[in-house]
Amino acid sequence: MSALPSAIDTPPASGGAAAAFWKRLRAGDEIAIAVTFLSALTVILVTAVLVFELYRKSAISRHAFGWSFLISTTWDPVSGTFGALPFIYGTLVTTALAMIIGIPLGVGAAIFLAELAPPLLSSSLSFLIELLAAVPSVIIGLLGIFVMIPILQQIVPPVQDKLSWIPIFSGPFYGVSLFTAGVVLAIMILPFIISISREVILSVPNDQREGALALGATRWETTWKVVVPYARKGIAGSIFLALARAMGETMAVTMVVGNDPKIAHSLMAPGYSIAAVIANEFAEATGDLYQGALIELGLVLFGVTILVNGAARLLVMSTEKKGTS
Amino acid sequence: MSPSMARNPPWNRIRRKSVNAIMLTLTGICTIFAAGILVFILGYLFVHGARSLNWNFFTKLPTPVGETGGGMANAILGSAKLLLVATFVGVPIGFLGGVYLAEFGGGGFSFLVRYVTDLLNGVPSIVMGIFAFTVIVLPQKHFSTLAGGLALGIMMIPIAIRSSEEFLRNVPLALREGSMALGASKSRAIWSVVIPAAKAGLITGIMLNLARVAGETAPLLFTAFGNRYWSPGWEQPAASLPVMIYTYAISPYDDWHQQAWSAGFVLLAMVLGVNILSRIILAQKGPALR
Repeated sequence: MSALPSAIDTPPASGGAAAAFWKRLRAGDEIAIAVTFLSALTVILVTAVLVFELYRKSAISRHAFGWSFLISTTWDPVSGTFGALPFIYGTLVTTALAMIIGIPLGVGAAIFLAELAPPLLSSSLSFLIELLAAVPSVIIGLLGIFVMIPILQQIVPPVQDKLSWIPIFSGPFYGVSLFTAGVVLAIMILPFIISISREVILSVPNDQREGALALGATRWETTWKVVVPYARKGIAGSIFLALARAMGETMAVTMVVGNDPKIAHSLMAPGYSIAAVIANEFAEATGDLYQGALIELGLVLFGVTILVNGAARLLVMSTEKKGTS
Repeated sequence: MSPSMARNPPWNRIRRKSVNAIMLTLTGICTIFAAGILVFILGYLFVHGARSLNWNFFTKLPTPVGETGGGMANAILGSAKLLLVATFVGVPIGFLGGVYLAEFGGGGFSFLVRYVTDLLNGVPSIVMGIFAFTVIVLPQKHFSTLAGGLALGIMMIPIAIRSSEEFLRNVPLALREGSMALGASKSRAIWSVVIPAAKAGLITGIMLNLARVAGETAPLLFTAFGNRYWSPGWEQPAASLPVMIYTYAISPYDDWHQQAWSAGFVLLAMVLGVNILSRIILAQKGPALR
């Protein structure tokens, strides 16, 4: 081994203070601690600067519109009036749809993988599903435009004929819509819900299952009434993580949501989302106010996702603690 | 138990058994659906993307609007340059921060770093783009490879920290003790024994991290922007594969759609290839590390 202990191969101290300093340097603990500490500190600094920059650069818009920015519905770059409500609405609606579709599918699949599938099948299917998380969102968007929209254009209108008396299904369907974006988002959050929930369910102690089965419960009753409640905090954490992911997701939504800054009561109408409007308009935003308004939208998005994420981490952490005790 | 249930046990048992069967089948269907999506995406991209993939894609510049043919050579090089900048930004900070958490950390500060790291990891990528825009593009007044690379690099930090911390922690304590018993200082032991022992994991972590940011589009839209020509140096707007896919996908030209499929296929093959390879390496090395 070339790396012999430094205390032995350090040259003998002969030059007073300089040599003593050199010796300490070779031992290097203080330096190592300082350098790595600074790197760790950098993470906190970067995050702080990020918040500060978003806050400072959105000042012009915050001063111009105040809190009414969040509830105003007019987004008109030409006249310089900026209100965020259509985008907030779009983000909330698409995210809610994604959760409605994604949670049952994701938790169901996680239950199957953790409780029912034989280990080999479970690990290979989980591997496939985790790979799905690695697919870049622009590729999901590409498939959304050229595969999913044509399919939905076949399926949705006949269903609409039957259900058009319900306001949220009314109106013409062009393919790009809040609904399409919700479905795309659901696909994107599935792997997050599945892989985290599966791990949480796997960590439920076996005596819980054995106890329920011994009392005569069926496999499903054991899972649904004993295992899932035991793992509920962790599952909730995975859902919150997926929620934050869905709200911040940009490309796939931008490509299928229709990019129309209106508040439509129908899910089948085109809409817009916070992330999508930033992606579409930021590069061409001329004027400080326009840019400031877009940065303020970024600040809003940042604040909401940080809150949701923070809650998710605490939930997952509390389950992990319960699991180890 | 209600009286009716007690009176009529077979029916109750049949009901419970059928609920059991139905629900278990449903969870199976959920799984098949979730796993099927990936198979579908792979299959579709392979059929559509690989078919029209040719040598020009890797060697030619994009043609002017309206002309068919051409390739994305500049975008491939641009993506590589962006990832290089990102590596220089994200890996040193992430790696050294991970060393701190695994070897020197403990107490409140480490908890804070981990928590902030997790939060940073959850920041939407588009917000990272705004950040890189305000600190580089705005003062410089032009889009550049550097700005795009910075955005991607900051996105790499959280994963780099957490993965290096984890792999360093997996190195057995006996190795540290052995080298320190031979007289090595703690930092020497870390540098010469612990890090080499964790090398495979650390490198795999970096590769996975790169694969993740390689597909990021949103932070590049207004930092690296895009370019239909070569982008010499680091101070000019640069094309990248993900942004090219986006631009071509929303364009009205069939030929561009076709090229978007090809680019999507190349990007996905790279990302999934790195992912699969890393997992194989980790599966082989993993037990040895623990």
